[in-house]
Amino acid sequence: MELIDKMFSGDQIALARLITILENQSQSVPEIMKAIYPHIGNAYLLGITGPPGGGKSTLVDELTSIIRRKGLTVGIVAVDPTSPFSGGALLGDRVRMQKHYLDDGVFIRSMATRGSFGGLTNAAKCVIRLLDAFGKDIIIVETVGVGQTELDIIKAVDTVLVVLVPEAGDTIQTMKAGLMEIADIFVVNKADREGAKQMAGELRTMLNDSQKQTYWQVPVMETQANNGIGIDELYAEIEHHRDVLLQTGNLSVRRRRQRESELAEIVERRIKDKIVERIRKEGKFSVLVKKIADGEIDPYSASNEIFSDKEVLRDCFL
Amino acid sequence: MSERDVPIRVLVAKPGLDGHDRGAKVVVKALRDAGMEVIYTGLHQNVDQIVATAIQEDVDVIGLSILNGVHIPISKKLLKKLKEKGVEDKTIIVGGLIPTEEDFEKLKEIGIDGVFPTSTPFDTIVAFIKEKVG
Amino acid sequence: MKEIDEIKRDKNKWVQDCLNKRPIKEAKSVSGFDLDVVYTPADLDDFDYKRDLGFPGEYPYTRGVYSSMYRSSPWTMRQYAGFGTAEETNERYKYLLKEGNTGLSVAFDLATQMGFDSDDPMVEEEVGRVGVAVDTVKDMETIFHGMPLDKITTSFTINGVAPIILAMYVVVAEKQGVPLEKIGGTLQNDILKEYIARGTWLFPPGPSLRLVTDIIEYCTRNLPRFNPISICGAHLRGAGANPVQEGAYTLSNAITYVNYAMKRGLDVDSFAPRLSFLFANREEFFEEIAKMRAIRRLWARIMKERFGAKDPKSMMLRVFASGGAGIDLTKEQPETNIIRAAIGTLGVVLGGAQAIMTCPYDEAYAIPTENSERIALRTQQIIAYESGVTKVVDPLGGSYYVEFLTNRIEGEMKKMMADVEKKGGMVKLIESGYVQGEILKGAYEEEKKLISGEKAKVGVNMFRIEEEVREFELHQMSADTLKNQLEKLKEVKKKRNEQKVKSSLDRLRSVLKGDENTIPYIIDVVREYGTVGEITVVMKEVFGKFREPSIV
Repeated sequence: MELIDKMFSGDQIALARLITILENQSQSVPEIMKAIYPHIGNAYLLGITGPPGGGKSTLVDELTSIIRRKGLTVGIVAVDPTSPFSGGALLGDRVRMQKHYLDDGVFIRSMATRGSFGGLTNAAKCVIRLLDAFGKDIIIVETVGVGQTELDIIKAVDTVLVVLVPEAGDTIQTMKAGLMEIADIFVVNKADREGAKQMAGELRTMLNDSQKQTYWQVPVMETQANNGIGIDELYAEIEHHRDVLLQTGNLSVRRRRQRESELAEIVERRIKDKIVERIRKEGKFSVLVKKIADGEIDPYSASNEIFSDKEVLRDCFL
Repeated sequence: MSERDVPIRVLVAKPGLDGHDRGAKVVVKALRDAGMEVIYTGLHQNVDQIVATAIQEDVDVIGLSILNGVHIPISKKLLKKLKEKGVEDKTIIVGGLIPTEEDFEKLKEIGIDGVFPTSTPFDTIVAFIKEKVG
Repeated sequence: MKEIDEIKRDKNKWVQDCLNKRPIKEAKSVSGFDLDVVYTPADLDDFDYKRDLGFPGEYPYTRGVYSSMYRSSPWTMRQYAGFGTAEETNERYKYLLKEGNTGLSVAFDLATQMGFDSDDPMVEEEVGRVGVAVDTVKDMETIFHGMPLDKITTSFTINGVAPIILAMYVVVAEKQGVPLEKIGGTLQNDILKEYIARGTWLFPPGPSLRLVTDIIEYCTRNLPRFNPISICGAHLRGAGANPVQEGAYTLSNAITYVNYAMKRGLDVDSFAPRLSFLFANREEFFEEIAKMRAIRRLWARIMKERFGAKDPKSMMLRVFASGGAGIDLTKEQPETNIIRAAIGTLGVVLGGAQAIMTCPYDEAYAIPTENSERIALRTQQIIAYESGVTKVVDPLGGSYYVEFLTNRIEGEMKKMMADVEKKGGMVKLIESGYVQGEILKGAYEEEKKLISGEKAKVGVNMFRIEEEVREFELHQMSADTLKNQLEKLKEVKKKRNEQKVKSSLDRLRSVLKGDENTIPYIIDVVREYGTVGEITVVMKEVFGKFREPSIV
C-alpha cells in the first residue's frame, strides 16, 4: 500500500489519511495493521481522562511542551463524544492545544466516539498503534471519562491519569464512573481553587484504604495547568510510574493483557459481524424481530433458533 | 449525490485578527446538528496553523469565517499553502462579510468552492457541503 | 372590592371576549416572556412610584440620570470612525465635527487592537483596514491635530492594549500643553466582554484585570474627567445575548471590576462616578427601552445597597448607546438599514442615553463612507431637533407595558446575576466558556428562526427583491495606507533614542513582574516613542497567553 510507505517516510498527509481509514473501519484495516505491527511497541502510551471541564486538554498541551523540551515527539488522540441525536460531533479539544500547531514533532488528531458497537474503541486503539509505528515517542490519549467506550480506550495505555477539579460532586462522579480503579495517577487540577486541598486529601485517604497494587501507590498530584504550575512534578511522576512498571516487569504484563483483550475483541467482533450479516441477508433477522415484537417468542429463544441453525453456523465458520 | 456512511469532517477556522465569532460558532453548531464532525480552531489563526490542522485532521472541508475584509488575501494565502503542502482534495468554503459581487466572483475564480456572505442561512451551507462531499 | 382587583377581573373577562371573537396570536418578548395583548395597572403588582421610579435625576434613576435630560441639551452625538492612517482619520473627524458630531469615537485597526506594529508580517492585510493604524504616539498626535484635548471628548474602542492608548493620549495632552485634569473621554477597557464576544484579548484574565484596574486607579488619581472604562453590553447582544442576558452579564462584569478596584484600595465613591456603560438597541423597540431603564435602576440599587456608595454620582449609570446594531443590518436592500438605525436610535433616546452612535447603513458591507456617516448623524439630529421627543423627560414612564417590562427585566436580571455568583462569578464562567455557550445558544436559535421565518427580516425572509441591483459608493481602502504607515514608523524609529526606549521597556518589564501600577511606566515608554508592538511583546513575555475555551 503506497500510503503506508509514505507514512513510514514521515509523510503527515499519509499518516492522517491512514488514520481516517482506520477510523472508518474500512476493509483495509487488517492490511494496514499487518504492515505496521512489526514497528510498534516503542512508544509510551499515556491516557488522560476525567469528568468534563477539568482542564484535560490544557494539561495535555502543557505536558506536550515538557516532552518536547526533552527532545521527544508526541502523538495526541483527543476523543470527544458523538451526539446521539445527530450523529455529529464537536471536536473542540484542539482549541486548547495551540502551542504545538506548527511543531512537526507533534501530531494531533481529534476523534468522535461515533458510538456504535465499540467501533471507536477499536479504531482508537488502531490509531494509537499507527502513531506508534509512525515513530512518535509518547502518545497521549485524551477522553472524557464518562462512558464505557472512553474507559475501554483508556485501558489500552501504559499510564492512566485521572483529572479532577475541586467541584462539588466530582469525586462521587469519579467513583461512579469507575475511574477510581483505573487511575495510576490522580491529578487535582485548578488547584488554586477553593476546596482543592480538601479534595486531594480525601482522595489520598480513599486511595490508602484501597491500594490495588503492591508495587505502586497511586499518588495525588496538584496542578494549575492554565498557569503551567505543577506540570513538571506531574511529568516526573509519570516517568516514575513508567520506571516502576519497567523495573517490576509490570509494563510487559500490562501490555500482554492489552494484546490479549485486543485479540479477544477482534475475534468477538468478527464472529458477531459474520453472524449478523448472514442472518440479515437471509431476512431471518427481521422475521425474528417481528416475532419478538408480536409477542410470539422471547429474544433468548430467538437467539437459540439462530444458533441451532446448522446452515447459518456452516456459512459463518466453515 | 452519494450516501457516505461515515460522517463528513469539517474544519471551521477563524483566520487573522478578527474576533467576531458568532457566525463561525453558529455554523459549527449547525454542521454538528447535521451529523458532521466539526473541528473549530478558535480565534487568531494564521494560515500555516489552519493548513497544519486540516492535514492532521484529514478533513473533507475547510471553512473560513472572515468579517474584516481580508477574505481575498487570506484565501489566496491558504490556497497557496495547501498547494505547497500537496493538499488538493479539500473543499474550501469562505463565509463572512463579502461586500460585493466582484469579490464573490474573485473568490470563485481563485479556487474557493463555496462563498457564503453574511445572512446566508446556515442550511444553505449544510446543503452545499452535503452535495459536494456527501 | 379594590379598584385594582376590579381591573384584574375586567381584564380577564376582556381577554376572554377577545378570544371568543378571534384567536389571539401568542407573542413573546426577545428575552422570552409571554406577552399579554394589553397591559393595565393590574399588571404592575406592588408598583410604588417613589421607590421604583422617582424623579429624573433622582434615585433609583429609572427615569434618567439627569433631572432635565434632553430638555437642557441633547445627548452627545458620537459617531464611530477611523480608518487608514492618522492623517486620513484626522480629516474624517474634522468633517464629522463640521457636520454636527459633538464627540469623537476612535476605531483602531485590528493590528493596533491586537498589539502588533504595522511592520509586523503577521498583519500586512490589516493595517488601516477596519480602523486607524497607530504604532507610536506620533500617530496619536496626528489624529488629534488641530483638536485641543480640553475642547473635545473622545471615546476609544480599545481593550487589550488600552493602557498603551491611554498613555498615548496623556502624552498628546502633554505635548498640546493641556493639563491632565482637563482631558475628558472614555476608554473602552472592558476586557471581560472581549473574552465573551469580541475577541481582542491578549493575555489571560488575571493579568488583564490587573491592567484594567491599573487604568481605573491611574485615572481616578490623575484624570478626574476621564472615564477609565466603558462596560459593554452591546457586543454581547450582537453575539446573541437577549436583553436580560445583556444586562445581567454586563452588570456582573461591572461588579467584577468594582471588586478589583476596591481590593486595590480605592474608595467606591472615588471611581464609581466615572464608570461608563455601552448598550445596543436591537430589534424589539419597547423591550430595549425597558432594558435601559431596568439596568439603570438595578445598578443604582447595587451601588447603594451592595457597595455602600454614598455619592449619588456613583449610582448613576451613564450610557453610551448604539442606535441599531451591526448584526441587524442587512446586505439586502441596504437603504432599509437607515430605517432600522432610526428606530434603534429613537429607542435609545427614549431609554435615556447620554451619548449615541447611530449605525451607518452600509455597515453590512464595509466601514462607513462620509455619506453614510452623515446620514447616521442626520438621523440623530432629526430625532433631537425635529421630532419633539426631547421636550419631556422619560415620556414612556408610567406606560403600563413599559413599566411591566422594566420590572420583569430587572427581576430576571437579578436572578441571572445571582446564578452567576453561585456558579463562581464571571471570570470563572468566562474561562470555562459557560457564558459564551449561553449566548451562542441565543444566536443559534435566532438563526433558526430567521430560516423558518418565525423571526421577520424585511428584505431577507420577506419582501425580498430577487435579482437586486445594488449600486452605491463603498469605502475604498487607499492603496498607499500600508506604505505610508511603514514609512512613518521607520522615520519615527530612526529619530528616537534607542537606548532610552530600551531602558524604559526594561523598567516596564520589571514593574509588570511586580504589582506596582504599570501606567506611569507605559507612559514613559510611549514618551520615548516606544511602539504598541514593543510594549505588547514585553507584556506577553511576562503575562503569557489566554487559552480560549472550547465551544460548550
